[in-house]
Amino acid sequence: MFAYFVRRLLLVVPTVFFALSFLFLLFFALPGDPATLLAGGADRNPDPGVVERARERYGLDEPLYQQFGEYWGRAAQWDLGESFKSGRSVNDILGEKAINSLRLAIWAILIEIVVGISVGVLSAIRRYSLSDKLTTIATAAASAVPVFVLGFILQYLFAVVPEKQGWPDWLHLRTQGLGPDTWTFFFIPTGEQWRYLILPAVTLACVSTALAARMTRGSMLEVLRADYLRTARAKGLSERKVVTGHGLRNAMLPVITLIGLDFGTVIGAAILTETVFSWPGLGSAIADAVSERDLPVLLGLSLAVTIAFALVNLLVDLSYAWFDPRIRLGKDAEV
Amino acid sequence: MTTVPVPETLLSVRDLRGGFDTPDGRVKAIDGLNFDIARGELFAVVGESGSGKSVTAMAIMGLLPTLEIDSGEILWKGEDLLLMDEERRRAIRGGEIAMIFQDPLSALNPVHTVGRQIGEMARIHEGVSRKAALARAIEMLDLVGIPEPAKRADMYPHEFSGGMRQRAMIAMAITCKPALLIADEPTTALDVTVQAQVLQVLVDIKDEIDSAIMLITHDLGVVAGLADHVMVMYAGRQAEVGTTDEIFYESRHPYTIGLLASMPRLDDTGAEALVPIPGQPPSLIRVPSGCPFHPRCRFARPDVCRSTVPALMPVGAGTRHASACLFLDELDEVDVAGLRRSAGDDELVVADTTLDGTRAPRRADGAAGPTLEPGTDVHQDSVFEP
Repeated sequence: MFAYFVRRLLLVVPTVFFALSFLFLLFFALPGDPATLLAGGADRNPDPGVVERARERYGLDEPLYQQFGEYWGRAAQWDLGESFKSGRSVNDILGEKAINSLRLAIWAILIEIVVGISVGVLSAIRRYSLSDKLTTIATAAASAVPVFVLGFILQYLFAVVPEKQGWPDWLHLRTQGLGPDTWTFFFIPTGEQWRYLILPAVTLACVSTALAARMTRGSMLEVLRADYLRTARAKGLSERKVVTGHGLRNAMLPVITLIGLDFGTVIGAAILTETVFSWPGLGSAIADAVSERDLPVLLGLSLAVTIAFALVNLLVDLSYAWFDPRIRLGKDAEV
Repeated sequence: MTTVPVPETLLSVRDLRGGFDTPDGRVKAIDGLNFDIARGELFAVVGESGSGKSVTAMAIMGLLPTLEIDSGEILWKGEDLLLMDEERRRAIRGGEIAMIFQDPLSALNPVHTVGRQIGEMARIHEGVSRKAALARAIEMLDLVGIPEPAKRADMYPHEFSGGMRQRAMIAMAITCKPALLIADEPTTALDVTVQAQVLQVLVDIKDEIDSAIMLITHDLGVVAGLADHVMVMYAGRQAEVGTTDEIFYESRHPYTIGLLASMPRLDDTGAEALVPIPGQPPSLIRVPSGCPFHPRCRFARPDVCRSTVPALMPVGAGTRHASACLFLDELDEVDVAGLRRSAGDDELVVADTTLDGTRAPRRADGAAGPTLEPGTDVHQDSVFEP
């Protein structure tokens, strides 16, 4: 198991390397010269001398492979460079933004796991009931709505409507910004904080939750028909214990894979969600960095996200082995 | 309660009828069953696929929610299982009546250790601690003849061989020393060489914990040396009931005779042919009128057998031997061995088992039919896309 862990950990290195190399090349393929942008933007016709100085100063005049090599040389020592735009250290920007994204992502994934899985399980054991049908419709709808549309709808329902109707203040959720930034144990909202957190978290979680619910339902239905559940019933277990003790863990296998892969989707959705809710996280920072051609920020933040993604998938693989002994490594499973 | 009848009747099924509703109509899966199982006996239920054997077992266990029981009762020590509340039923299920399923790989939970799955029985019915349950599981694995039980208890089902899995299933079923063990085709998924071992384990266990066994099988050969009583089922009904000797040597139902004639025997001289029962078991949605077996029966008299439903009638006085054939008395003279020796005259296709284990179908006139190449892969299960 340990050897497997180390092997997988080493695999993170090439994953990150290729992802970032691709991003690096993509950046230069984008229309618009970064040096021109740095010198004030193409529409302002900056002085060619200023553009050249900017190009020189940020090393943009060097050949691509050299820039590339230098970047990796620094990144290997965890020096992510400075922002073209503000001159701030990317490491500082990362530290400031990452924690906010992490908070949002934790809550979104918690919602996905708790709500998605329980809705899916309930839907499966009450197959064809009214609640199952409603769930199926709701999950289909939720996974079809674009994140930013959902964000605006929620903002309207929980901020604009309460304001207009004069509803009591506790029903009135906030839609913009981080809020008072008060947390217990870095991610549990404290005081007024939850009003700022709840809408972006729900928006971010929505699509994944719907997918997790559907996947759980399908997987659970399959498992409920399995012979080993019949065995569990034949032992004299109550139906609840049959489902929780014997069904759930088997039904979770495909769902876990989904949640792991979903982490990538959540990061993508975070760019939109954070923008809609002005949440100061990595997503909105990456979006800004792209439009401002701020290469060091874009690469630095993406590096962090890629590493996080690779590590989360490593964790998912490890938990997969825990959930299903048949793929546990170090023992040669026949199956 | 002064005299305990010997042997004590554990299970009594009385005029049990039930079925499933499907879009095509009602499937009459069980149609008027009556039988008793006494303490310590091995009661075999024999029939082709779809004859209602497994449904009967599942009805006793109460594990088929889609099965609607129309009438009848299933008495367990005098108490009707069908009228019990779910909690009491659960206490009996696994505790007093335990079941062994056909395919031990799919019947064992892949994500729990074998020891935990066996020990769970003791945890449910006796409320013992997790540790005590594991000790019990190890003891049970030892009892069914699994070497190194302590090590094995910590392994997962996929790490067991087929025969060991079925032993583990048996260990699980007997953990709480049930009075009745229902074994539904316990050896069908196993290699022939392992089948005999597993059956032996079952029989040994039966004596060890003094429980009755209801052995469900489609293989009369399995029944021969083991069973005390045999019930032959056809189309959800009892065709014939009797002691093993009565069924094998004095069978009074054309279906039983057909099954016997289609079965290879160790004492075959080579002159005999296997005589198949022509046709297919009927659809239980449209059961043939009259005797359900009449379309396939070599002794059928079209007029009577097509119109009259035969009741299960005793073959002689003072015996449990009974047959559901209108002409059961006339079947007295039928000699199964003679039937098979004379089969050479008929235009029947018969099967012959050759030494290398391949089945070589050949026509009764001696002409070779198509043979199955030894290397041909005949899949056992799950080859059809669902």
